Amino acid sequence: MSVELRLPTLLRPAADGQASVALEGATVGEILSQLVTSYPGLSDQVLTGDGSLHRFVNVYVNDDDVRYLDNLDTAVTSSDVISILPAVAGGATA
Amino acid sequence: MVDVSQLSPKPDVRIVLKLEGVNPGGSVKDRIALSLIEDAERRGVLQPGATLIEPTSGNTGIGLALVCSVKGYHLKVVLPENVSIERRQLLAIFGAEIITSPGSQGSNGAVRMAERIAAEHPDWVFLFQYGNEANPRAHREHTGPEIWRDCPEVTHFVAGLGTSGTLLGVGSFLKEQNPAIEVWAVEPPAGEMVDGLRNLEDGFIPPIFETGHGAELLNRKTVIRPRDSIDWVRKLAAIGLFVGLSTGAAMAGAARCANEIDAGVIVVVSPDGGWKYLSSGAWTGSIDDAVGGAEGTIYF
Repeated sequence: MSVELRLPTLLRPAADGQASVALEGATVGEILSQLVTSYPGLSDQVLTGDGSLHRFVNVYVNDDDVRYLDNLDTAVTSSDVISILPAVAGGATA
Repeated sequence: MVDVSQLSPKPDVRIVLKLEGVNPGGSVKDRIALSLIEDAERRGVLQPGATLIEPTSGNTGIGLALVCSVKGYHLKVVLPENVSIERRQLLAIFGAEIITSPGSQGSNGAVRMAERIAAEHPDWVFLFQYGNEANPRAHREHTGPEIWRDCPEVTHFVAGLGTSGTLLGVGSFLKEQNPAIEVWAVEPPAGEMVDGLRNLEDGFIPPIFETGHGAELLNRKTVIRPRDSIDWVRKLAAIGLFVGLSTGAAMAGAARCANEIDAGVIVVVSPDGGWKYLSSGAWTGSIDDAVGGAEGTIYF
């Protein structure tokens, strides 16, 4: 199914400048796989050599970090929005 | 701790709020301020009259300023320009010198600037709350045991994710008492800070998160947006609790947790009271205006 994936500013140049793309897949892993196939310039920015997420990359399905769901096996539906975000420092928590 | 189960979305899910705004400097960060400084004193890195520099979005700075004013140290804080006016005022009141970092770079930018300035002034003491074990230790030794003492029936612990100190310290302590307890992290949307990054290597994971195996400790990490945070501080005010915006976010996270379980006891940390957020309009006026203001302000 077609799922929207949103890209952070720093990755958009490698995706023809697009802020979001529609990709096919039933899991986060399938979606990312299609992403790097479609935009090879993103490959070593999002994933490491063994296919896992770059340590400074967070992937969210809607508002949940997939590392704490089923990681790349996290299931997605067409109503979900996947977001790739770089790791940033949280404010000194409140 | 206050039972706020009347706001729980599920009848069999209790929600209990630990009010850290009652600390002397007004926030949970007073705990780590004292812990960081006392640890440095024990290690001999703080001499009488020393100067400290620290990146902070406000509450740690306020706590450090309070401790420094009592102990006779000088404090310089690197503060993003878009923190609330009340935080800036309190820092000045407690005697801290403020160095402003670009708001668009958020806390990442404050950390980088503080690191740069500290390198230029090796005689200044850089305690670095993001990388100092005295931060989570304060929560492991005090906040966590307090929660366990007051609410041993806890099944889920929810707190905001900033330095990760609270989550790591309390979370690791609670899981040692009962491995079945889940730890949920709530974070704000990344917003402008993300756009300011030039490359992924500018990304930042607090060192204490890595040394504390945060990725293995946490059971969930979820983003809560300003609108939900504001919605929840209004709900809490309606039952007599005047709490800060990050408490609203944590409560929204607790509600999200409650919606996924049938029964349980969720303990939530309220980092501070609402006083420092009055200028945000979170309780008065239109929610849309308050959301707009909150989106440009750091409140975690």
